[in-house]
Amino acid sequence: MTQDVLISLSAPLLRMDRITKRFGQVAVLSDVSLELFPGEVHALLGCNGAGKSTLLKILGGVFPCDSGAMFIGEKSVTPRSPAHANRLGIAVIHQELSLVPSLSITENLLLGRPMTRWGFVSRRKERDFALERLVEVGLDLDPDKLVEELTLGEKQLVEIAKALGVGAKILVMDEPTSALTGPSVDRLFDLVRSLCARGVAVVYVSHRMEEISRLAQRLTVLRDGRVVGQAHVRDTRLDEIVTWMLGSRTPAKIDESRSERVKGVEEAELLEVRDFSVLAERSSRKLVDGVSLGLRAGEIAGCFGLSGSGSSDLVAGLFGVLGSRASGFVKLGGENVQIENPRDSAAHGLGFVPADRKTMGIVPLLSSAHNATLAVLSTKSPWGVIHHGRDRQMAEDAARQTRLAPEALDKSIVELSGGNQQKVVLGKWLISEPRLLLLDDPTRGVDVGAKSEMYDHLRALVARGAGVLVASSDAEELVEICDRIFVFVRGKIVATVRAQECTAERLLSLAMGAEVREARP
Amino acid sequence: MTKAAKWLRGPLARAVFALVLVLMLGVIFPAEGAFYRAGTHLGAWRQMAVHGILALGLLPVILTGGIDLAVGSMLGLVAVVVAKLVMHLGFAGLSGVLVGILVGAACGATSGALVAIARVQPFVATLAMMVFARGLGKTISGGMKVATAVAGPDGVMRYVDVPPLFKALDAQLAGGGLAVVSLVFVVVAVIVGALTGFHRIGRYWLAIGGNEEAARLSGVPVTAAKIGAYVWCGVCAAIAGLCHAAQEQQGDPEAGTTYELTAIAMVVLGGTSLAGGRGGVGLTLLGVFTIGYLDKILSINAVPEASRLMLTGLIVVLAVLAQKSGRSS
Repeated sequence: MTQDVLISLSAPLLRMDRITKRFGQVAVLSDVSLELFPGEVHALLGCNGAGKSTLLKILGGVFPCDSGAMFIGEKSVTPRSPAHANRLGIAVIHQELSLVPSLSITENLLLGRPMTRWGFVSRRKERDFALERLVEVGLDLDPDKLVEELTLGEKQLVEIAKALGVGAKILVMDEPTSALTGPSVDRLFDLVRSLCARGVAVVYVSHRMEEISRLAQRLTVLRDGRVVGQAHVRDTRLDEIVTWMLGSRTPAKIDESRSERVKGVEEAELLEVRDFSVLAERSSRKLVDGVSLGLRAGEIAGCFGLSGSGSSDLVAGLFGVLGSRASGFVKLGGENVQIENPRDSAAHGLGFVPADRKTMGIVPLLSSAHNATLAVLSTKSPWGVIHHGRDRQMAEDAARQTRLAPEALDKSIVELSGGNQQKVVLGKWLISEPRLLLLDDPTRGVDVGAKSEMYDHLRALVARGAGVLVASSDAEELVEICDRIFVFVRGKIVATVRAQECTAERLLSLAMGAEVREARP
Repeated sequence: MTKAAKWLRGPLARAVFALVLVLMLGVIFPAEGAFYRAGTHLGAWRQMAVHGILALGLLPVILTGGIDLAVGSMLGLVAVVVAKLVMHLGFAGLSGVLVGILVGAACGATSGALVAIARVQPFVATLAMMVFARGLGKTISGGMKVATAVAGPDGVMRYVDVPPLFKALDAQLAGGGLAVVSLVFVVVAVIVGALTGFHRIGRYWLAIGGNEEAARLSGVPVTAAKIGAYVWCGVCAAIAGLCHAAQEQQGDPEAGTTYELTAIAMVVLGGTSLAGGRGGVGLTLLGVFTIGYLDKILSINAVPEASRLMLTGLIVVLAVLAQKSGRSS
């Protein structure tokens, strides 16, 4: 499948040769080879868990690879730490920028390596250095300005200036435009092109086809830790890339109950969302931009989007997790509701399974049983008095509904496997008998068996007349379990599709910027 | 790991071990048999009651991952207010008690609101309350102890009777051994035990201390539960202030200085985590007894106060290190 590629007559700047990395028994990267030529922008693509971030971490010196070799020019290198990678000429620019907001631009550019004169920090030398770097990236800013006063686009450029300041010849950019608006994107692209003209090479992680075709010459697609496609951008069609990313799969098993379900529930609209927006933290940028959607009782609907598309922000915002950052009109069962925090949501019969189980889902010091009944204590304990027998019954009910072994209830929740922890989080809401269950990437980090069980539980829940809205970046998952799917790109719904008439490939193409089409609802 | 082995590695076993160790100290140094007299033990319980009530008040706050440094000054403030009302202004004992508890609750609610609503760090919010309450107590008392001696308008000192409230609180039952304040301590322990063990707010406190975000996403009323913890802490400080004023028969504006540290040490020594989410009443009681007995045993052996303080510091550190190594292993 790998196309033979030769970009130019020059020798590669960086060569990664059969890089392999395991975490325990699991190989996250196997025999990944990649060549990077001076002046090239090389796009790196892959679904969640394909191994992109692992590869970036090896490049950036966060951890070493288990086998394989890296060459810069003719020299074999092994970045041992981010600082060492910098000295080798590699700089990684992460999505969460690594600038210190309370320090000035100058101080950030020279963080950890102040310029001195007679052993004292020389502010004049530092300032001159910073000015030079800023000119290099085309920023007309006072170097004494604090980073927290900059716009996101400016911060991004300062980050690049910092990388150039340490002499980077290889820039790794991880979805750099996910938080940028139009003009800042153009400015960033102009800079990248001018750097490439000087011989810098860029590894560019992105899922936006439009950006890749504007900027990159070649692309590499990873799937399950392997290189499955490598090609020139101009010779490659989007459907080829999508096929590489998803691979050939056994066709999703058809859920027979689904067609009946959809037929039977045409009448009542359970959830109506109109003009719903979510702002980014401390910024006026919209993560979700005026979205409207509806959900019927007995329906599983999906919000599909790649990272930064706003699909998970929508679900979290609906539950009141984001407080005043979320705004819009929400009708539940035909009545307007005002949801300001998760307490309001729970009172209205909503439930929420968050994406990050460790930080948002479980209370690690409580037993599994106590975790399971945490959400129902407010409604099912008269005068707040906990009846221990009744409490236990409810926990056992949660375990039964999720097919969790009752012995697990007595254990501290951190002793359970990821899949079982997720069962507790799900069970916590199932016993509250929700009208609408919201889920954000519910199967992240759980094995295949636990995944399909989770799907069964969701189907059982809608069979009892509840609604389910699940946000995910896993196209196959949504196609398998959903009735309808809303496709999110940059905070807006670009398409609404019936899952039965849709494939994972088509979903991914839509999210990566194929044609925009409104399907019949 | 068997259940017994697990228990032995748990915080309860360690807290019991610490108490046994301290009691062994009493067996080795019985101070000419004084350690074996019932009066010594009843006296120890009377003396640890005030600190113990503060510790039981602190427990919910610490379970949520917070801290309240103001318990000592709230104690002093309430002692002054109640002494002034009951001794100088002739209020009935019951109204004195009610006002005192209200003052404590109000201070606690203020700290709680600062922490839970204004999101000031607990350390800073209660540090401010600590200084403020101390100042308020001094303002009300005019910087003097509120005692039985009252200066009249002509400058001549008059003496008033010790009010029945103070007499009742300082009384000793069962043939002059068991102090009323010890009983108050037991009642407070039963209440906080019921709250943490049988009421949802106790579960909420643990959940907030364990993972505040997960608790919030489960619909736990985080703000209310946190404020509740600080209010409870203020109420306990007020009860301790009443007991203290009764024992001293006066309202001393300096009363309770550094008591917060002893109370925190008692909670921590029991094995309740300062990071929150872990601990309970049983552990706190063990911590109270450990430090209370340590102090008593050192004092019946006539160890001078200076050395007593150093020894107490040393033992607290050792006990906490032992708890830590137990957790990491």
